[in-house]
Amino acid sequence: MNLSLSSPKWNPYLAGALVGILAVLSVVVTTLVIDKPKYLGASTTFVRATGLVEQVVSPEHVSENAYFQKTKIKIDWQMMFVVGIFGGAFLASRLGRSAKLETVPPIWEQRFGANPVKRAVGAFFGGTILLFGARLAGGCPSGHGLSGNMQLAMSGLLALVFFMVGGILAAHLIYGKGGK
Amino acid sequence: MEQVIGLITGLLFGFLLQKGEVLRFERQVGFMLLKDMTIIKFMMSAVLVGMVGIYACHAIGLISLSIKATNVAAIVLGGLLFGIGWAIAGYCPGTSVGALAEGRIHAFWAIAGMLAGAALYAEVYPFMQQTLLAWGNFGKLTLPEVLGLSPWFVIIPFIMIGLGLFTWFEKKGL
Repeated sequence: MNLSLSSPKWNPYLAGALVGILAVLSVVVTTLVIDKPKYLGASTTFVRATGLVEQVVSPEHVSENAYFQKTKIKIDWQMMFVVGIFGGAFLASRLGRSAKLETVPPIWEQRFGANPVKRAVGAFFGGTILLFGARLAGGCPSGHGLSGNMQLAMSGLLALVFFMVGGILAAHLIYGKGGK
Repeated sequence: MEQVIGLITGLLFGFLLQKGEVLRFERQVGFMLLKDMTIIKFMMSAVLVGMVGIYACHAIGLISLSIKATNVAAIVLGGLLFGIGWAIAGYCPGTSVGALAEGRIHAFWAIAGMLAGAALYAEVYPFMQQTLLAWGNFGKLTLPEVLGLSPWFVIIPFIMIGLGLFTWFEKKGL
């Protein structure tokens, strides 16, 4: 098994297990250093980032909004965590020479053609629906899926089941049974 | 300090996501089409290792848990909506950012859509608070609490089920 930094691919079980260790270390370190346990999560950052943008356009609107009041617009642990994901993936893909410029993914192309504008519109609306759903459910596959299930939370288990049910049904309807 | 720790944790997480190949549209939609279990292998390995670590650290009083509320109606409907959007976008919030970093330019539009989805949700939140979020809210619950068992009696069967699934995936070449 090749775990060198320049290897393009690590075994998914092993990479996953290392994420498990990272998640536990994150909680231990943040508890000891900043006295707040930080469990991995990503979707709240999209709320804060939107709030930061909206603040520029209409600060009153943001300060009056109940959800922005509850979430508190700030550059916090999680926002830097999400920035870090970009950096880490950038580094890993360059070291392993596995970065690939892609405007239309193959499964999408087989179903909807190679038009990058069509793909951009699809990605945008998919993104809109999924983040709305994630905030309604209270988390995404990081917050509910990883962190919730690690803690054996009922909410995490329920959310993961319905993420998968929705995804599997929709993917079969959209891309067809074979995906080709 | 909080931000520095967040950044380092994210760098490591993004690195592992990329090396595990779970950032790709093909892997995510491949799972949803039940043809490629890479993301499940990755996620379940993380969860199984994580649950042992979290409950071990919790048992010795080192850390506290942070459980999200069990809003059944909101989780079921929000979960299904998430799944539909996930199938179209091909990324979840965490992986979209990493996918962009490894050159999947179209992930940019998924991220822009996610920001729009967050803005939309912020507008309808007061309505959700009075409806879906209030319906069937059982509060912060864990599976061991519901079953009235020690967490280890839940963790050990989960590990056995996980190892069984992993063996099956490898036998089927998924």
